[in-house]
Amino acid sequence: MQRYLVRRILLALVTLLAVSLIIFVMSRAAGDPRHVYLDDYSTQEDWDRLTETLGLDKPYYYQYGIFLGSALKGDFGQSIKEGRPSMEVIIERLPATIQLGTAAFAFSVIVGVPLGILSAVKRGTFLDMTGKIIALIGQSAPVFWLGLMLVFLFAVRLDWLPPYGRQEISSIVLPAVALGWFYAAANLRLLRSAMLNVLDSEYVKLARAKGVSNNVIIWKHSLRNALIPVLTFAGITLGSLVTGSLVVETVFAWPGLGQLAIQALAGNDYPLLQAVVIVFTLMYVTAALLVDIMYAYIDPRIRYG
Amino acid sequence: MRRLPLIPMLILAVFIATGIFAPLIAPHDPERGSLRERNLPPAWEEGGTTKFLLGTDHLGRDMLSRVIFGARISLVVAAVTLVVGMGIGVASGLAAGWYGGWIDEILMRVVDIKLAIPTILLALVLVLALGQSFMIIVAVLAIAVWPRFARNVRGEVLQLKTMDFVALAKVAGASTPRILFIHIFPGVINTLIVLATLEIGIVILLESTLSFLGAGVPPPTPAWGSMVSDGRDRLAVAWWISTMPGLAIMLTVLSMNLFGDWLRDRLDPRLRQLG
Repeated sequence: MQRYLVRRILLALVTLLAVSLIIFVMSRAAGDPRHVYLDDYSTQEDWDRLTETLGLDKPYYYQYGIFLGSALKGDFGQSIKEGRPSMEVIIERLPATIQLGTAAFAFSVIVGVPLGILSAVKRGTFLDMTGKIIALIGQSAPVFWLGLMLVFLFAVRLDWLPPYGRQEISSIVLPAVALGWFYAAANLRLLRSAMLNVLDSEYVKLARAKGVSNNVIIWKHSLRNALIPVLTFAGITLGSLVTGSLVVETVFAWPGLGQLAIQALAGNDYPLLQAVVIVFTLMYVTAALLVDIMYAYIDPRIRYG
Repeated sequence: MRRLPLIPMLILAVFIATGIFAPLIAPHDPERGSLRERNLPPAWEEGGTTKFLLGTDHLGRDMLSRVIFGARISLVVAAVTLVVGMGIGVASGLAAGWYGGWIDEILMRVVDIKLAIPTILLALVLVLALGQSFMIIVAVLAIAVWPRFARNVRGEVLQLKTMDFVALAKVAGASTPRILFIHIFPGVINTLIVLATLEIGIVILLESTLSFLGAGVPPPTPAWGSMVSDGRDRLAVAWWISTMPGLAIMLTVLSMNLFGDWLRDRLDPRLRQLG
């Protein structure tokens, strides 16, 4: 267990380091950073001061050291568009993104888990078919399009829910469904096939032969074992939650980090974009690490494997 | 055993054919329209004309022609990406599996790191720093797909290299490249085919997502993702601008997935899931 943990934490750190290196290399590949930060009204003193702070007259590895040092302190430079530290802008936006992510996760569990179990237990029925359709849409419809279609149906045509923004409480419903759909579909499919496997296993047959009731078999003997692949998958695909929030926040004008990243892209605001990317990666890597630790805790085969 | 997925295969055939023969099939120029004919609804809606079967967009360009040419972009991007990504993945998978040791260790750690970085974020950084172009998009997507190929090929090679026929080839004096390409590579082709069909869907989704976010193949080239984005603010007046290209993406990816699932059951029974 300890070896596994150490390896896993090391990987997370190296990943963050790799991302910071990519961002640094790209910031230099994009051209002289002095041209990004300074405009026509800047003086020679500004120019020299920036040369000094970024270490532009020093070799690249030294510059990367400076970059990494200030990144560790949470200093990613000034956002060009906002004219204030990038980190400040990000902290303002963070709550909205976390709120949306939580709501989407809740949706995916509330819809995916029960439907997955029911689809397996009542295989071949109407319920199973419904589950299948939800899963197929989640697997193949692009998130941005799904979001727009939800807007078209529930906001434009039916006028039940607000189409965008974050003014009302009900504003969160459509973005959360759009973002959570993929996960709901994945949970559903994985749980269904895992349940079918478990229900077919020797120990469930033995339990049945002993005369254990159907409910106990489903909830106690089967579900616990069937949840393992669901958890594995959650760890692997957390990345698409990040991707998804970029897209969904853009579609619904949800004022979070994802929308900020796209605004930075559109406004050529590299200092802001790099900060958002680092924060996103940090969140993602931490979440994946937690899932993996939980996973090892639940499944002894990983710990000792 | 699953049945032969006829409808998905038909849709895929149409997708590939429209992609290849787009200029011959498309009734209008996809990049030019007349403003007098903007926002016309599809033929079956009130006010639609048979001149524009799927209607026109906000600049009066024919939706059908744009969807047809969009298939071409998706097809080309997916094909080039897969060739590049698969090439890198297979080469590194073969090397890692065959040589083992530090080569294996380094390659697999790079794979781990790559799989831990969300692709879209990487894409945004590259596009903002280096500019928007076809080459950048393909490079980003190839970076996104190679690790899975590398990891799977490596696993297969580890198994294959313990086989008797490999030992015999060695004894017979075959060189390492010969063993790798003549004896081992054919053994991983099945896995590659299955993986490739399943990855195409992912590549098409990624490409359309990038175009939607404004980081894809630059306009006015009609990519499906950017077409959906064009219709975003016009849902109330012209719902078809966003709906049509989105449907095209969904149908293509859906068919690809169903076909890939079937192929996996046929070629690689170990991966079969209970249906």
